[in-house]
Amino acid sequence: MTVIQQEWMSNALFSGLPPDCVERLSHTTRNESFESRELIFREGEPADGFHLIQKGSVALEIFVEGRGAVMIETLGPGEVLGWSWLVEPYRWHFDAKALTATQTIVFGGRVVREVFESHRDCGYLMLKRFLPIIVQRLQATRLQFLDVYHARA
Amino acid sequence: MPAREATLTAVFEGHDAMLPSWFRVARIRSETQDTFTLELTADGEKTDFTFQPGQFNMLYVFGVGEVPISISGPPPLRDRIIHTIRAVGTVTRNLWRLKHGDIVGVRGPFGTAWPLKEAEGRDVVIVTGGIGLAPLRPVLYHLLHHRKKFGRVILLYGARTPNDLLYGDEFLWPALPLDLTVDYTVDRAKTDWRGQIGVVTTLIPRAEFDPSRAVTMVCGPEVMMRFTIRALSERGVASERIYVSMERSMKCAVGFCGHCQYGPAFVCKDGPVFRWDRVERLFGIREL
Repeated sequence: MTVIQQEWMSNALFSGLPPDCVERLSHTTRNESFESRELIFREGEPADGFHLIQKGSVALEIFVEGRGAVMIETLGPGEVLGWSWLVEPYRWHFDAKALTATQTIVFGGRVVREVFESHRDCGYLMLKRFLPIIVQRLQATRLQFLDVYHARA
Repeated sequence: MPAREATLTAVFEGHDAMLPSWFRVARIRSETQDTFTLELTADGEKTDFTFQPGQFNMLYVFGVGEVPISISGPPPLRDRIIHTIRAVGTVTRNLWRLKHGDIVGVRGPFGTAWPLKEAEGRDVVIVTGGIGLAPLRPVLYHLLHHRKKFGRVILLYGARTPNDLLYGDEFLWPALPLDLTVDYTVDRAKTDWRGQIGVVTTLIPRAEFDPSRAVTMVCGPEVMMRFTIRALSERGVASERIYVSMERSMKCAVGFCGHCQYGPAFVCKDGPVFRWDRVERLFGIREL
């Protein structure tokens, strides 16, 4: 097992996956580093994979005409950045920017989708793990819109 | 001893719990654009004020009205009472307009306390949002003052914007490090913000504590508490080790008038701090 593989295998997203699935996913990975304030991806660009954040923090932003960039969420170590690679037409829905010096492991989207197609069991397992993350983020975003802290005097 | 008599004796040591004592405004400090901290000193007969973290007072602005406000100062300050208040109604706006030396009527302290004795030897996780940090500030003072009696102490705090964060210098970015793990987040911020964005519930999966041993204390609007409790349960915290502070319209504060009735309980005297497993069923009843 390579060092990079050990790093991502320790994440709950991948724990207990069949060895052949791990083996195939490992061919899609690469390390990336970003300086503070560096753009990781931009809305509308091709979503070429997802990032597993190892160090640092990342802000998801949306550009609003007349207001500029608005931060909507921040993510930190151990968290997954990006799922637009899972959904056609595979383009980013938000901007992602490193808030501090950030290191990630990137999983190539096209190859991961191919692995999911050819190894349906592996794909099903992975989707079952991605879905709670997506639901959790959706729930958190809904709560943000509710302005929950101002209900109490 | 009849319940009414016992209550009055317990909370006021001989005073009629319905009669306010006079306190003078010693200091008013703006915390955020709509929140301020009011320091009151005893004026007259009631000079030995003690309370338990989690309890509240009824503050009376003469000629205007009375409101329940949690006590947010350190318990050992016997000659001074501190409240942090959001100015959202007639009485609280009038409290903010008071000047040094003005008189305020105070009844209290009332209600139940946070479970500090039970928390000894355990990790303590405080999850709070907005003004909900104020009733927990006495808990933080206590935990820091008796630090060795507790395991990890974690404060998870959420607010609408960076400008709405309370007690920043004291707990969030203190000049001297505290033996306290603090994680805070806001709903919205400009792009120069270097902190976290997201609701307070997103901090719970990342927090490092032992869910099988931790005591958790939650205070904020009910919708925030609902989702916080869900996140704590998903981490494995048992219902009997989750405590919440409830808020209802409290008038008499001693369980007579019924304004704050919450199922079989009165929030003013059976609460405001409740163990979650004792109110869980009520929480799901939308009419209450």
